[in-house]
Amino acid sequence: MNNTSSLEMISTGRRQRRLRGMAVTSLLALLACVLSVSMLLLGNTIYSISDVIRVLFGEQVQGVSFAVNTIRLPRMLAGLLAGFAFGIGGCVFQTMLRNPLANPNVIGITSGSSAGAVFCIIILQADRMVISVASVVAGLATVIVIYLLSRGKVFSIGRLILIGIGLQAMLDAFISYFLLVGAQQDIPAALRWLTGSLNGTQMHELPPLIFTVLFFTPIVILLGKQLSILELGEQSAISLGVNTDKTRLGLILGSVCMIAIATATTGPIAFVAFLSGPIAKRLVGAGFLSLVPAGLVGVNLVLAADLLGQFAFDYRYPAGIITAIIGAPYLIFLLIHMNRKGDL
Amino acid sequence: MSNVTILKNKQNKPYVPSNLTIVLIFSLLMLGLCVIGSLALGSRVVTMDGLIDGLFHQQVQSYEADVVRKRISRTVFSLLCGAALGVAGALMQAVTRNPIADPSILGVNMGASLFVVCGMAFWHITTAGQYIWLALAGAAVTAVFVFGIGSMGRGGATPIKLVLAGAATSAALSSLVTAIMIPRSTVMDQFRFWQVGSVGSGTWSSISLFLPFLIIGILIAVLSAPALNALALGDEAANGLGVRTGTLRFAAAMAGVLLCGAATALAGPIGFVGLLSTHVIRLLLGPDVRYIIPLSAIAGAIILTVSDITGRLIGSPGELEVGVVTAFIGAPILIILAMKSKVRSL
Repeated sequence: MNNTSSLEMISTGRRQRRLRGMAVTSLLALLACVLSVSMLLLGNTIYSISDVIRVLFGEQVQGVSFAVNTIRLPRMLAGLLAGFAFGIGGCVFQTMLRNPLANPNVIGITSGSSAGAVFCIIILQADRMVISVASVVAGLATVIVIYLLSRGKVFSIGRLILIGIGLQAMLDAFISYFLLVGAQQDIPAALRWLTGSLNGTQMHELPPLIFTVLFFTPIVILLGKQLSILELGEQSAISLGVNTDKTRLGLILGSVCMIAIATATTGPIAFVAFLSGPIAKRLVGAGFLSLVPAGLVGVNLVLAADLLGQFAFDYRYPAGIITAIIGAPYLIFLLIHMNRKGDL
Repeated sequence: MSNVTILKNKQNKPYVPSNLTIVLIFSLLMLGLCVIGSLALGSRVVTMDGLIDGLFHQQVQSYEADVVRKRISRTVFSLLCGAALGVAGALMQAVTRNPIADPSILGVNMGASLFVVCGMAFWHITTAGQYIWLALAGAAVTAVFVFGIGSMGRGGATPIKLVLAGAATSAALSSLVTAIMIPRSTVMDQFRFWQVGSVGSGTWSSISLFLPFLIIGILIAVLSAPALNALALGDEAANGLGVRTGTLRFAAAMAGVLLCGAATALAGPIGFVGLLSTHVIRLLLGPDVRYIIPLSAIAGAIILTVSDITGRLIGSPGELEVGVVTAFIGAPILIILAMKSKVRSL
């Protein structure tokens, strides 16, 4: 009697949590759709929905075709895909390391990718493909270095974060050096790119990002089921039959590739990888895998920041500045919260 | 009876690190080499004759001699700045009782930068004499803020909490700096000039502006050193030994802020010098603050000057900002400290 009632309670609880998760996810997806559509409609001139739809289906409309096809559509797609990649990648790291501070922005993985990309842009003057590959390689190398350095006898997340911050300082020094020795005419491009901006994204730059997101999202989501078990801690995960090493390797590979390619395309849009996970977790609540919601939160953040940057002020700010101004205070708030609770 | 003799013995012979003389001689030698290097090396390398002409024969007019004379103020400025940053690092580490304290890691440099940028953007400030006060105010506010966040909760200001608070504050402030700067192209030029200027902007007038702050800061540092030694034993023990911990902390922290704020105002944000110099000296001489402070000053001067020379040689014909070089040399120290530290003390 007692047994069945508690079982019932558990299953209703689970149902409720799943319902909430589903509802939040669909709401986030809806919001992302609204933002993407407004990215296409808004600009120096505002086009009607019917015009934009006709253009998207291949019709030629005077004036509209050019603006939508060469400027607004690539911009929207870049924001959409990069936001998703940042959101999901950041959330994987935060969940895996069980600490919201342990994310690519704070421990220097984004800086690693940026350094690789800047090296290619300025020193090698390489093409898109090389830049993408280099930023993935540099991002993975950063992860490996952080892992090797922070191994120690007992793993400590605090040590890992400290090492990451030190590494980030070195990588940023590298970036400054590349900017110094680079040819004058390449530097504005590199600087604009470093603030993280959707400005001037072109259609032919997008394929690497599209393929990476389409390829790695399913893998990461599939492995994500085991991620929630990993969250219980190493020992529990092993005794529940999870191959922790393989799962971790797959997750790290997938999320670093996504983040690095997104970084190579739009530049490191500040704090999106850091913000998405905690926001998504708070929205969906516990007990629901928050990877997809985190990706959607990332999309919404990037698109909203880009729209705000374009239209809310006298000056057109790049998206990265807006996300940084939102994200940095949240980081401080989170720190205060964690310190009070004694989590650090 | 025997206790008394021991005590007397101790009072007669204060503790002196065994290798003090060697370290002192070696570091002064290094300092001399740095000065010569800084005068001779750069995008144009000067010969020995040119160096001697430039320094001692005022009547000789040659290209090389002029180059050397131009480099004198820069060298003096980098020595003084390095000394200020070294002492600031030593003070901050002693006050927070924390091996990972440095103006740049605690975000104090960035606070100074933000205030200077605000001054340029909103009050149209242009002279170094005005930057210095703004930078000091920014440094002080940020130091209090970061230390406040870092010492919340259980265990007080542990290294990891302080570093994270500093990194987060730096990130927040630097995004504000960018947001203020981007739409204003004149401010951007001015700021970049200030930021990139580094020790190369050292003129005799900026040196004379900087000296009072340096002297006051170092004086406070030297005077508070014995009490800082007591503070290393913990607040209660220090109280028991007759130290007013509150006053001491305030005075020493303000001296640290004074030193690094003034250096930042004139040379732009330069990181990791204090961390590096203090740790090298502590490794060589042990934990006595009375020796760490003066020798950190020398070590800081050496590190900053060597970094400046390196930046000039790597970046030739331009120059690499000295802050970039120090970050590159100093950040590994942070990593090594993190690797060596025991898990519990994080």
